[in-house]
Amino acid sequence: MSSSPPLRGLWKLTWLEIKIFVREPMGFISAIGIPVLIFVVLGRTLGQRLGEATTQAAVQLRVGLPIFAAVFIAINTVLSLVAIISIYREGGILKRLRATPLAPVTILVTHVLVKLLLTAVTVVLMVLAGRRYYPAGADVPVVAFSLALLLSTWSILSIGFIIASVVRTARFAPPLGSLVLGSMLPFSGLFPIDLPPSMELVSRAMPLTYAVSLLSGVWRGEPWSAHLGDIGALVVVFSVCTLIASRVFRWE
Amino acid sequence: MPAAPVVRVSGIRKTYGATVAVDDVSFEVQPGEIFGLIGPNGAGKTTTMECVEGLRQPDRGRIEVFGLEPTRDAAALQTRIGVQLQEAQLQKRVKVWEAVDLWASLYPTTVNGDRLLDQLGLTEKRDAWFMTLSGGQKQRLFIALALINDPELVFLDELTTGLDPQARRTIWDLVRDIRERGKTVFLTTHLMEEAERLCDRVAIIEHGHIIDHDTPAELIARHCPERTVVVATAHDDAAAHFQALPSVDTVTDEDTRLSVHGRGDELVTEVIHCLSEHRMHVTEFRTEQPTLEDVFLKLTGHSIRG
Repeated sequence: MSSSPPLRGLWKLTWLEIKIFVREPMGFISAIGIPVLIFVVLGRTLGQRLGEATTQAAVQLRVGLPIFAAVFIAINTVLSLVAIISIYREGGILKRLRATPLAPVTILVTHVLVKLLLTAVTVVLMVLAGRRYYPAGADVPVVAFSLALLLSTWSILSIGFIIASVVRTARFAPPLGSLVLGSMLPFSGLFPIDLPPSMELVSRAMPLTYAVSLLSGVWRGEPWSAHLGDIGALVVVFSVCTLIASRVFRWE
Repeated sequence: MPAAPVVRVSGIRKTYGATVAVDDVSFEVQPGEIFGLIGPNGAGKTTTMECVEGLRQPDRGRIEVFGLEPTRDAAALQTRIGVQLQEAQLQKRVKVWEAVDLWASLYPTTVNGDRLLDQLGLTEKRDAWFMTLSGGQKQRLFIALALINDPELVFLDELTTGLDPQARRTIWDLVRDIRERGKTVFLTTHLMEEAERLCDRVAIIEHGHIIDHDTPAELIARHCPERTVVVATAHDDAAAHFQALPSVDTVTDEDTRLSVHGRGDELVTEVIHCLSEHRMHVTEFRTEQPTLEDVFLKLTGHSIRG
């Protein structure tokens, strides 16, 4: 409904949202502090043993722990996006912004940028913290892994948009988000369990599965070309979910 | 020849599911006036205003603002209007100056933000978070945001709802200032006193229909021509003297006070002449004027708060 320059105000709004985010101590701690803390605690308890151990379980943990951390970050990011969109809608902030030349898409892109930045900051902090406690730190493709994580987060964010679009009140959005994303976890291949064939199908329908597959592959140092299928699936999820979200999104 | 109206609304209708929010609503807003859409909560004021702002599309009817169609020409219109929305909020931890700065970055032409904050008495609150502002300060900030692009037409939706009387008076002065700067103001309110003190013209809306529109004085004269003069006097024949006056309908005796009911502008003058002619000793004298509240009661059969 607006034909003003598409992204006018994007940088100013993004910078403003970052400042506002940092001013909220609880949000800041839960979004960045807690994942890093969990990672450090796990690394401290397990790290020493992992360095020496060669058992099957330890190898799985060695790959599994960072992937678990990564997925945790992605889900955390998505949940905070869902929460902020529903709070902004319920408080009439979205409506007030909409009555300006600010294009609707600008507001959404702003929040995606802020959340991706948040993801990046968390990853950097984890890598820094992990260097100390986690022996796998040195030879891990950090840049490629970060890119894979951003792509995964971006894709899962689009599921978050649908949740944010469908749920009316700010109180119910985060629990529903947790439920949807949490229920994908057992099927995602994150845990070293053998799924029965019927569950195999369910697993393939879950976007999170492709994120986990891509992340673990990149972590192990496999080339991107080995995971074109995962990347394709994540892009498809993003496109389809964004399309649905843009149809059902409500501003008030 | 009168100037072309700034807003022209003809026969709009808007439904939400089975609920008809607004039906066959028509009115015009003239340049340079404060126009008020008044009525109880749920009468269709906000729906109507949001259609005019281009935030909603009416199911039927036509709206022109500066000759533009609000939803279709939203981009062209947005730079010429300023909007304050009912029950809108900003981010809790956004600072006052940051909000003004963001808004200023969205428009091609803007007024000086600091001067605007100064005019609205917000200079001291420049670095305060939105969540720490009082109700009146929040509304003044929303006025600042509505004025940042130097708009020709300003929309104010239930601007003073929830404010204490003093904050309300401050806001009224600010709204009058907006008009003094040559801008047109389109406001909604359910406070009849506010409408009467502030608006040059009002349209009364009830159950989605406009039931009458004119200047507050004209509406009162048309629907509530009755006037009452209350006189406290010990004079024995006072009631009979008043009853004989041409503009007087009835005289009622309440304790030591006489209430003289009549109609027309001459009533008060006639009563004063009568008092001096008969050399009555008066200990109290007051006139009771009907208000828009009375007009509303007369037109709808119920109080606006009912």
